[in-house]
Parts: sequence; structure tokens; C-alpha cells
Amino acid sequence: MNLNLVRLAAAAALSLAPFGVMAEEKVKVGLIATLSGPAAVIGGQIRDGFNLAVKTLGGKLGGLDVEVTVADDEQKPDVAVTKVKGLLDRDHVDFVVGPVFSNVLQAIYKPVTESSAFLISPNAGTSNFAGKACNANFFVTSYQNDQVHEVLGKYAQDKGYKSVLLMAPNYQAGKDALAGFKRYFKGEVLDELYTPLGQLDFSAELAKIAAAKPEAFFTFMPGGMGVNLVKQYRQAGLGDIPFLSAFTTDEATLPAQKDDAVGFLGGANWAPDMDNPQSKAFVKAYEAAYGSVPGTYAMQAYDAAMLIDGALKGAGGKLADHDAVRTALKKADFTSLRGKFKFGPNHYPIQDFYLVKAAKRADGKYETEIVQKVFNDYADPYAKDCALN
Amino acid sequence: MSLALLVVQVLNGLQMGLLLFLIAAGLTLVFGVMDFVNLAHGVQYMIGAYLAAMFVAWTGSFWLGLALTLPTALAFGLLLEFVVFRRLYERDHLDQMLASFGLILFLNQAVKLIWGAEPLSVPMPDILSGGVRLMPGLLYPVYRLALIGVGLTMALGLHLLINHTRIGMLIRAGATNGDMVSALGVNIRRLFMIVFGFGAMLAGLAGALVAPILSVEPGMGDNLLILTFVVIVIGGVGSIRGAFLGALMVGLIDTLGRAFGTQMLRMALSPAAASQTGRSLAPMLIYILMAAVLFFRPSGLFPVKR
Amino acid sequence: MKTPAAIIFFALALVPLAAIYGPASYILNLGAHALIFALAALSLDFILGKGAMPSFGHAAFLGIGAYAVVIAASAGVDEILWQFAFASGAALVFALVTSSISLRARGVYYIMSTLAFGQMLYFLAVSLSAYGGDDGVTLASRSTLWGGPALRNDTIFYYVCLAALVLAYGLLETISASPFGRVLGALRQNPTRVEALGYRPFGYRLVATLISGAVAAVAGVLLANQSEFVSPAFMTWQRSGELLIMVILGGIGSLWGAILGAVGFVLVEELLSTVTEQWKLILGPLLILAAMAGRRGHA
Repeated sequence: MNLNLVRLAAAAALSLAPFGVMAEEKVKVGLIATLSGPAAVIGGQIRDGFNLAVKTLGGKLGGLDVEVTVADDEQKPDVAVTKVKGLLDRDHVDFVVGPVFSNVLQAIYKPVTESSAFLISPNAGTSNFAGKACNANFFVTSYQNDQVHEVLGKYAQDKGYKSVLLMAPNYQAGKDALAGFKRYFKGEVLDELYTPLGQLDFSAELAKIAAAKPEAFFTFMPGGMGVNLVKQYRQAGLGDIPFLSAFTTDEATLPAQKDDAVGFLGGANWAPDMDNPQSKAFVKAYEAAYGSVPGTYAMQAYDAAMLIDGALKGAGGKLADHDAVRTALKKADFTSLRGKFKFGPNHYPIQDFYLVKAAKRADGKYETEIVQKVFNDYADPYAKDCALN
Repeated sequence: MSLALLVVQVLNGLQMGLLLFLIAAGLTLVFGVMDFVNLAHGVQYMIGAYLAAMFVAWTGSFWLGLALTLPTALAFGLLLEFVVFRRLYERDHLDQMLASFGLILFLNQAVKLIWGAEPLSVPMPDILSGGVRLMPGLLYPVYRLALIGVGLTMALGLHLLINHTRIGMLIRAGATNGDMVSALGVNIRRLFMIVFGFGAMLAGLAGALVAPILSVEPGMGDNLLILTFVVIVIGGVGSIRGAFLGALMVGLIDTLGRAFGTQMLRMALSPAAASQTGRSLAPMLIYILMAAVLFFRPSGLFPVKR
Repeated sequence: MKTPAAIIFFALALVPLAAIYGPASYILNLGAHALIFALAALSLDFILGKGAMPSFGHAAFLGIGAYAVVIAASAGVDEILWQFAFASGAALVFALVTSSISLRARGVYYIMSTLAFGQMLYFLAVSLSAYGGDDGVTLASRSTLWGGPALRNDTIFYYVCLAALVLAYGLLETISASPFGRVLGALRQNPTRVEALGYRPFGYRLVATLISGAVAAVAGVLLANQSEFVSPAFMTWQRSGELLIMVILGGIGSLWGAILGAVGFVLVEELLSTVTEQWKLILGPLLILAAMAGRRGHA
């Protein structure tokens, strides 16, 4: 046989090989989270939770190979827009998973939902996107931001506290937090303190709390602010006033707060001690892989991966059939770490909420533990404003 | 509003002010004597806090940890001086800003790499971990009172050092006219090194002292850096006395504004408007203070006359 | 126009052609983002390089421009040309008020004074829930150009940004070469002598600040359109610092240097961060080396 013909044939075969590989479709996921700055801890949990799920599924989602691209939004909304456009345009992702913060979500919402990719938020869940501005391509595996605060409001109301004092940082999420609490708490609000965003020393506010003598104290003080507030609250001897909070004593802050937070109450849709087999396996695997106790952030990211997995299986692996994938996503046919999980018409979850308490485990690590269920199959109040049905 | 509450809030303001003074003192000296804009002063504060967290965890003792932190912070400051800052003394302020900004980026990231992104905490030393019941329902932590004590002692010590020792005289002379001091035969390079190292150590000390009450995390020095610059601008660059007064002013006005601002506004406005205005104004107060000071004294309260 | 500037503008004009062969939306968006910061850096270089006024609050003007779009849109004004005018006007007012204090101070006192006003505006924006507060506001769509939706096309938007940059450069270059500009430059070199010659520095510095602020506000309008989103995050002191860094990197005073510095900074930041999560570990030392390599002595 003519050697040149053979060489030509071999070359032709080799050049076609990439096309051969491409016939085996890959699902591309772009993860956008805050991975630098003080909030990096939360972004890290989201990235790790998602990657753990993919690893558990053998590197595949819905039977297809997965390619995860991680982008850091630096907590800057306009940087997030550039990164997301890169994920959509350059990397051709099928799913954008993220972000951590509400203001970043506001920025990337339009670019993603107007593209062919689906946006799945494992943390931020603002009210506008649950209501009037809802979108068929947007799904949330966490909750609507107000709901967690409502858990504490209902608890305080049921417990019969006559007076409370509220505190939050002076930004939109802070205002939403106190509004959510007051939706269920009908007692007397002695004062609403709004602290400058990023303030770390609360001695002035703590003195005010002591002077006001409320029956309970509710706060939303995420990240480093919460770490400091809890420590200083104890140091000021205010531990006898029940400390109710949202996102203030969770797995992202407990390692720093340690004993100071033990006994403080929070609200959540899950805790690491939740009693079902998939959750227990998840907590064990996460701790083995990353050395820290997973919080709801990691859990929701894990569920996001499982959601995609279930949806792709439901759509028969046909990534290109967006309608089929969308319908399958809506069905939420996957085993959530929370047990039961379903979407409301606005693609926000309808789920149970619990009162949780910060505790020290036997092995010395800190986690939140479930005290009681506060809401059953709880949908967010904005769903009625959403036109998707 | 009771007298006890007022006393507590004033103490809070004093404590914040004195802590700011510790950090500002180093910065104003570096700026005043060496005419050097060191934006990385904030990360030196952060490094002090991280070193304290590390040493206290290793040795199990707060005092031992603190004792180890001081020389290490000093050594680290000298290292930075040797590697980066030494080459920039003759340069434009803007180049110094560029280099120190780069240092901030690098060290914030390095700290995250070494110690992780999660906030760290340092346990309070046992003898200082109690509280004093200054008003019903509130324990004022003994540790904060100790901080006030340390701050005042350091202020006195610095005053004595600057005004009554030979090295202090050299520092004051260097701040007024560095070239002349050099011409008079003083090893100006060595003086710079000492000033820089000392300033770094003060910042590191502040970071270490603050670790038991504030969380230790990457970027903790950034916002404080801005506050520190506000302080030295109000006080006048190069003046320790100015830094002291500026820091106290900033600490008291910020704390008392947050504590009583809304209440005072309620005398003139409706509760909702007072609350809204109060929250918006609170973080702006120190900047308004600085603008007001600069309006009347464009070079700060105690400018060092060159 | 100086040769380096012409080369830079020519290269920038070719970018959309390159975009045809790659992820177009991403390249055009990144490019527009770079151009917008180049415009802001250019305006800062005018007062810094030509006027020796290192403003640490320049991001405030970006914010003013961006929020001008939000406010105008909510009042029904979607036309970008009107928004430019509104933004410039607001910037002029802000610059007038703040300069009355800032310009009385020199050196670090000036720097901190500009920082203070930048911070005040930032905290004001955070506390305004009407415009989303810290969460910010999503724009329904880009502004209209002469009534039409041309700006929605990424390529057209890119060229509009480039046109703004070229026009601003021409304007500032012309002003710098004018008698006014020469007095400003002289003030930078030796204020005492200029005053001895009978000029009042305050007026010149004020006018320079007004012009610079207006140009930066125009950049803010474009930024709002590029990200279709506005938030106080545009005006943090860290942003102001980044603008200063861009100007310093590019070389103070040449105006085209600021453009180069800004484009370089934005691109390096974007590219490095896609390569590694630890990109700041690399960028930091790069900036330090750049500072050490510079040749500027005490100005």
C-alpha cells in the first residue's frame, strides 16, 4: 500500500478524533462565588460542597462528564458581570451556580437568564426575584432571604417574649432581616439598631442593649461582624438575654466563636446533625475531605449539584433541549440532604425550617443542632407576585 | 439615659481611641520622619494579630504569646523595610503608595493561604477575663479597662521617648529637617530603620492586644488603615501629640455618635426620620469631623513645622 | 495627538475585529470595562499628573455618573446624551462643594480630604433604600442613543466607549496645552513662583477638578450601561485606590499613560484571576516591582 496514502489516512483520522471525542457530550458548570476577602469562607464552602457532590457522583452529572470552572467575584458586582460573561461566552457553560451575595446576584441575573444557561443560586435569594422579577431560568436551592429571619420571629412570638431589641447592619439584607423578624413577632420592639456595615466593635451597642433590658435579642450579623458580636456579647455579660440570630452563629463563624456561641439560637433549613442517611454521609465525607464542619452553604451547593444531576437524568441527558431540562429542573427529582424538597411556582424551595442551636461536639468541633421544627413546607410570601405558573 | 450608661460609652470611646493611637503613632512617625506613605501599616496590624493567634495557640499562654509576638512583629517590619521600603525612600509618594498597595494585596492573600480564610480567635488571659459591673445588666470587660491602661501608658512612654531622650530628639529633628540631620553626621538610614521597625512593632502590638476582643481575619487592617490616616491627618502628620488627640477625638465622636446620635436627633425629628438619619450619618461622622478640622486647620491640629 | 496615544487608540479600535474570532460578548464586555476605567483613569491623571492633585475619592464621580443613570431612568429619561449632561452637572456640584475644603489642603491632607468625601457619598448611597441601598439596582436595559436601542449591541457600545475616550483625551490634551493648562502645570512644579507671578492657584485647581469630575461622571454613565447594574460598590475607597494605581502604573502626566495603565490593570486582573485563585499573590509583587522600577524622584 502506498505509504503516503496511509499517512494521509492516519492524519485525516487523527484530525477527526477531536470531533469524535466531542460527540460524548460534557456538561459545563460555571461556579461564581466570593473567594477573596473576608467572606471567602462562605464562597469556599459553596465551591467545596458542589465539588464534593460531583466527586460523589463519579465526576458526572446526569451521566455526563462534568467540567466545573470556578470564578471569583471578589464581592464586586461589576467584576461578577465580567466573569459571568466569560463563563457564558468563552466557556459556554450550561449552568451558572452561585453567587453568595445578594448584590452580586442582582448584577448577574440578567446576563445569565437572558442567555441559554440556567442560573442556580445556592445562597442568595432576594425577594424581587421570588416575586415580580421571577424568571423561568432561575432556580434557588437555598431559601428566600426573609424566611430564615421569620423562623426566629415566629419562635420569639410563640415563646411569649414581650419585648425584643433588634440589630442588623445598615444595608438592604439587614433591613430585610429585621422586616422578616417583625412579620411574625407581634410584641414590643424596644429599639432597632442599625450598625455601619463592617463595624467590628459593638461596645456602644451592647451598652445600649444592657440599658434597654429586652427579654430577647435578635440580630442578623453575618461573617466577621457576627464573630465579633458574639464574643463581645458574652464578654459584656449579656449571656442571660436570649441571643436569637440568623447567619450569625453558623458553621462559617462557629470555629472562631467557639464556646462563646454555645447555646445561642439560630434558624436554618438544615443542620449537620439532621437525621437522614444522605445527610450523615455528606457531613462525614465533607469533614474527611475539607477538615471543617459543613454549613448550610455547603449543603445547598451540594443539593444544587444533585438538582442538576436529577434534571439531566430526567431530560434524558439531552443538554440541548432546554425546555426538557427546565421542566426536569422544576420537578426537582433528586434526594435532597434536607429530606424533602420541592420548588414553588417561582422556583424557590418549599421546605421545612428549624430552630437550631450552636453546640460543641464530642470531638471538640462546633456545629449547629436542630432543636425543633418551626415551619412545615413553608413557601415564601413573594411567590404570589410571580407570573410563572 | 443614665449617668452609668454615659460613663460606659465614654470608656468605650476612650478604649477605641487609645487603640487607634497605638496604630496611628507608628504611622505618623514613619510619615513624619521619613516622609513615607506606608499604606501597608494596616497589614502590619493584621500580622500582629495573626502572630498573636499563632503563638498563643502554640504556647497555650496569652502572655507568652504576646511576648513572642512583639519581637516577631518587629523583625517582620524590619524585613519589609529591608526588602521593599528601603529602595523607595527617595521616591515620589505615589510610588510608595503603589508599592505598599501591592504589599497589602500580597500579604492579605498570603495570610489567607497560611492560616485559612476562616476568622481566628484568641482566648482572653484568665486574670483579665472578668468584668466590672459599671451599670446594671452590663459587665464592662476588665480586658478593655486594661487596654485603656496600656494605651495611656504607651502614650506617656512615647511622650517621654520623643521629648526627653536623645533618640526622640533625633526623631523630632528628622521630622523637621531630615537632610540637615544627615548633614550633621547622624546615620539617617539607621534612624529610618529604627523608626520604621518601631512603628511596625506598635502596629503589631495593637493587633495582638485587640485579638481577644475582635476576630482575626484577612483584610482586618484595611478599614482600620483609613481610620488611622484620618487620625493622623486630624492630628497633624508627624506629631505624636496630634495622633493622641486625633485618636481620642475620633474614638469618642464615633462611639458617642453611635450611642446617642439617634436619641439626640429625636429631639428635632420624628422617630422614623431620626432613625434613618442617624444610621446614615453614623459612619460619616469621623469624615465630617476630619473635613471640619481641615477647614479650619488645613494641616491638622498640631502640624510639625518644617 | 501624540504618537503613543494614536497607536493605543488604533489598537483598541481593532479589538472588535479580534472579537469576531472568539467569544464576542465576553471580549467586547471586558474591552468596554477596560475602556471605561481608562476614561476614569484619564480624568484622574488630568488632576494628578497635570495638577499634582492625587484624589483618593475619584471613584465617587464614577458613582455619581452611574446613579445619574438610575435616577434619570426612574424619571423616564433613558437617553444617554441627557444622562451624560445630568451626570456631569451632578459631578460639577459635588466637585464644587467638596473642593472648597479639599483644595485648601496640600499633600496628604488633600488626599485624605478627597477620601473623606468619597466615603461620605458611599455611605449615603448604601443607606438609600430607594435605590436598592447596598444591593444596588438592576437596569431594565441600556440607555438609548438618539432615541434608538443601538447601545444594546455590544460592538456599537464598545465603539461608543472608545469614542468617549478619544474625545476626552483630545479635550484634556488640548486643555493641557492651552494657557490654562500651562498655569496648572506650573503650579505643579512650583506653586510659590506661580503665586508670586500673580496667579491665584485655587481657581485653576478648581476648574481642573470640575473638568476631571465631569469626565469621570461620563465614565460612570457608561459603567452603569456596561454592567446594566448600579451599586455603591462602584464608589468604595478601594476603587479610588485602584484608579490611582492605574494612573501610577501607566506613568503620571502623559494622559495616554493612564489609558495604558488602566487597560493593563483590568486585563491583568482578569487574566490572572482565571489562571489561579491566588492571583493577588502574583499581582501584589508585580505592583511592588513596578514601583521600584519607576524613575520618579521627589516631585
